[in-house]
Amino acid sequence: MSAHEHDHGHADDHDDHRGHDHNAPPQPDDKVHSYYQILGIALKELLIEKGIVAAADVRRNIEARDAITPANGAQVVARAWVDPAYKARLFADGNAAAAELGFVIANTKLVAVENTSDEHNVVVCTLCSCYPRDLLGLPPSWYKSRAYRARVVREPRAVLEEFGTMIPDDVRLRVHDSTADMRFLVVPRRPVGTEGMSEEALAALVTRDSMIGVAAIDPPKL
Amino acid sequence: MSKFVPGESVRIRDDYPPGHIRTPVYLRGKRGVVTRYFGDFANAEVEAYGRRGPRKGVYGVLFCAGDLWGDYKGPAHDVVEADLYEHWLEKLA
Amino acid sequence: MRGPHDVGGLPDGPVDTQEHILTFWEKQVDGLRAAVGAKGLMTSHESRRAVESLGHDAHENMQYYERWTAALCRNMIDKGIITQDEVDARVTLIRKRLAETGELELDSADAGRRA
Repeated sequence: MSAHEHDHGHADDHDDHRGHDHNAPPQPDDKVHSYYQILGIALKELLIEKGIVAAADVRRNIEARDAITPANGAQVVARAWVDPAYKARLFADGNAAAAELGFVIANTKLVAVENTSDEHNVVVCTLCSCYPRDLLGLPPSWYKSRAYRARVVREPRAVLEEFGTMIPDDVRLRVHDSTADMRFLVVPRRPVGTEGMSEEALAALVTRDSMIGVAAIDPPKL
Repeated sequence: MSKFVPGESVRIRDDYPPGHIRTPVYLRGKRGVVTRYFGDFANAEVEAYGRRGPRKGVYGVLFCAGDLWGDYKGPAHDVVEADLYEHWLEKLA
Repeated sequence: MRGPHDVGGLPDGPVDTQEHILTFWEKQVDGLRAAVGAKGLMTSHESRRAVESLGHDAHENMQYYERWTAALCRNMIDKGIITQDEVDARVTLIRKRLAETGELELDSADAGRRA
């Protein structure tokens, strides 16, 4: 705890740059160095001092974001696999179906799309980084990258191969470009050999990348 | 209110207005087929300037990858789907 | 009239599929943006517009959350919530603070700009 935090009237907000100690493993680039990084801290301090936002709001938002992980989406997928009625509700109204499992999706419309033996879905946002954040958490870096956004609409099969995913030519590839308020959740195919598995065990098989559509789900290792 | 129906063929406007636009350039001037009506939504192209305007219908529109890209290398049945505001869709006679 | 953000279909290299765990600074920008949004002071549409208007250099050279920071700054100034003078003064103050405490490292490029 250094003196400057008291100087600026937010002594309770002790995690400006050291909060990573108890938050995530330190990263090589976890240091404030660029103008924009300093600007970010400046904005936070100014907006708090002016009473526009509270330090507690920012902290609560970070905690809330950290609490949302792809495991939430995996629960939705697993339920859809085992419960045909739930699956029908999921495709009819994604927000309501997610809410049944306690996941609140605000301001956007969750749209589930299903991978089948005939069609494989993959999601992108070519204009920015639209992603079902309220269900899966923050998107991976590659999802926000120019390379993925530029190429997956034009050469989706080549991009999927870079993820180790081969889609046979007789399966139709359907790329969803999230250009408005829809947020797409891919319901991947249930792997063979999982007939007797519990819903919880099935959820553990579902990966983030399979819900974006860049990967299929490996059958369980026996 | 829905102005287009699923299965209807549309053309995306080939216009280039300045400002915040949610129809990607690669879709402008292209032909597609409406898949579904998602509902009426706040118009991002107005909201981006801190203003409010009438809500706009948003439609899923499906494009053949081969129609979008002259050099598309995958099979002919591959598609791209985007969610587009009604004011970007033109009815085809 | 293609904006710097509108990249669908443009040529690019292989996708870097490596995982990147968000730094605490990145999470803070995300949390700050969400807090401002919850107060009704900036919509995601306003944020995106500001990101797009940063231009091509920003999209080539700045990191994702750096662009978000710049967009938040622009929106807050445009709405009269803060002024550029206040921002400049605070940036100077933070740099001084960091130089004194030495607890955060400034890279050489940034040191050059300060000199």
